[in-house]
Amino acid sequence: MKIYNKGPVFLGIVIFLALALFPFYNNFGKANKKLDIKTDTPAILEYEKVNGKKECVEPKAYMRGEHMVLINNWRDAVVRDDNRGYLSSTGKRWNMSLQNGCMQCHSNKKKFCDECHNYMAVKPFCWDCHIQPVEKEETQS
Amino acid sequence: MKALVSLIAVLLLALIAYAGASVPAMRFLFGVVIPYAAFIIFVVGMVVRILKWASSPVPFRIPTTTGQQKSLPWIKHSTIESPSTGLGVIARMALEVLFFRSLFRNLKTQQVGDGTQVAYGEAKWLWAAGLAFHWSFLIILVRHMRFFIEQVPAAIQMIEGLDSFLQIGAPLFYMTDAVILASVTYLFIRRIGIPQVKYISLIADYFPLFLILGIAVTGVLMRYFTKTDIVSVKVLAMGLISFNPTVAETISPMFFTHLFLLSVLFVYFPMSKLVHMAGVFMSPTRNLANNSRMKRHVNPWNYPVHVHTYEEYENDFREKMKGAGLPVEKE
Repeated sequence: MKIYNKGPVFLGIVIFLALALFPFYNNFGKANKKLDIKTDTPAILEYEKVNGKKECVEPKAYMRGEHMVLINNWRDAVVRDDNRGYLSSTGKRWNMSLQNGCMQCHSNKKKFCDECHNYMAVKPFCWDCHIQPVEKEETQS
Repeated sequence: MKALVSLIAVLLLALIAYAGASVPAMRFLFGVVIPYAAFIIFVVGMVVRILKWASSPVPFRIPTTTGQQKSLPWIKHSTIESPSTGLGVIARMALEVLFFRSLFRNLKTQQVGDGTQVAYGEAKWLWAAGLAFHWSFLIILVRHMRFFIEQVPAAIQMIEGLDSFLQIGAPLFYMTDAVILASVTYLFIRRIGIPQVKYISLIADYFPLFLILGIAVTGVLMRYFTKTDIVSVKVLAMGLISFNPTVAETISPMFFTHLFLLSVLFVYFPMSKLVHMAGVFMSPTRNLANNSRMKRHVNPWNYPVHVHTYEEYENDFREKMKGAGLPVEKE
């Protein structure tokens, strides 16, 4: 098979391959990140000791997918309706609050929130208004 | 009817993936084997198609000229519409590829009055919807690179930020999601709504529309409605590109439906009208400089023709011509 106009044709093919195969060679030789999400803060361990189990306001699978929706709804309820009471699907009442609710247990923002958010390049706008919790830099031990 | 067949085909494909991925043993097939196979077919298929096109010679300049070609110095030359240099061709191709310049010229023709007169009017809707569709598809593709790069570059995060800058809801609403759904829907309605277009539309026209609509809808469902374990999806994506994939239990069948429809698109791409992605660059009516009057383009497969000139003819028959009283050039 004779190929005409070899120069531009092969240049085009090279550009196509460079774009299509970008993820492969960009990641070549790098070890894939292992996510390390920690739910062992003092508050959570204390809760576990008192209640006999770890639990969030809603079941884990729901929280994993829908936490942003939940928190967004909380924000609307608190800010617009001055309503801080949340009745969960498990029948428990919780105080709707980010800093005095979520972050009381999950005081480890870096190892809880940021671990996934950074991995997924998600930038939640919680901290546009809320004061970001101060965390001690983890020492390598 | 053709539209219905295409719709049923896409729904069936989606159903196969959804039902298939609900069986734990099939998740590896839908998550790893089919995507790999589809990607290989896509890349190899595209290269084969390009080489096949490139094996056709283009001996002469056949550009569609939509402006004054370069001629006398006092006649204004349209450097982009009828380019005479490589640079002009690049500008013309850039306008064509990025902004669909030739589609912008689309006109509608109508009979007016008692039907003896013809009027031409603007017809920009196809151009606008086509542009909206292609650009939002590109932005969505670029946005998805966040699943394939561990430290997502600032440029991609910026595109994502612009796309979601309305800050509606959580997770943030992407404008391109709405644009692609609206434009694909318009492109479909246009096909069934205009009788002439409907007449020439084939299954090969409806099927990719529904397929892309299916990919967009499953993506939208996963982002805003029935969420999947997105972190495990990135782990799978990173695993795929480093040839060490792990399919987590927590990934929902909806994701596999999305991925399977995309795999179908990848396979379908090189063997359908969708190859216009590569083909647009290889249109001789667009990518050739209009320089026929400046350069001589010789047909490469010309073979030497044996010619018998008048001089030779006269040499052969001079005496007989003289005898018959015919004038000759040489005595």
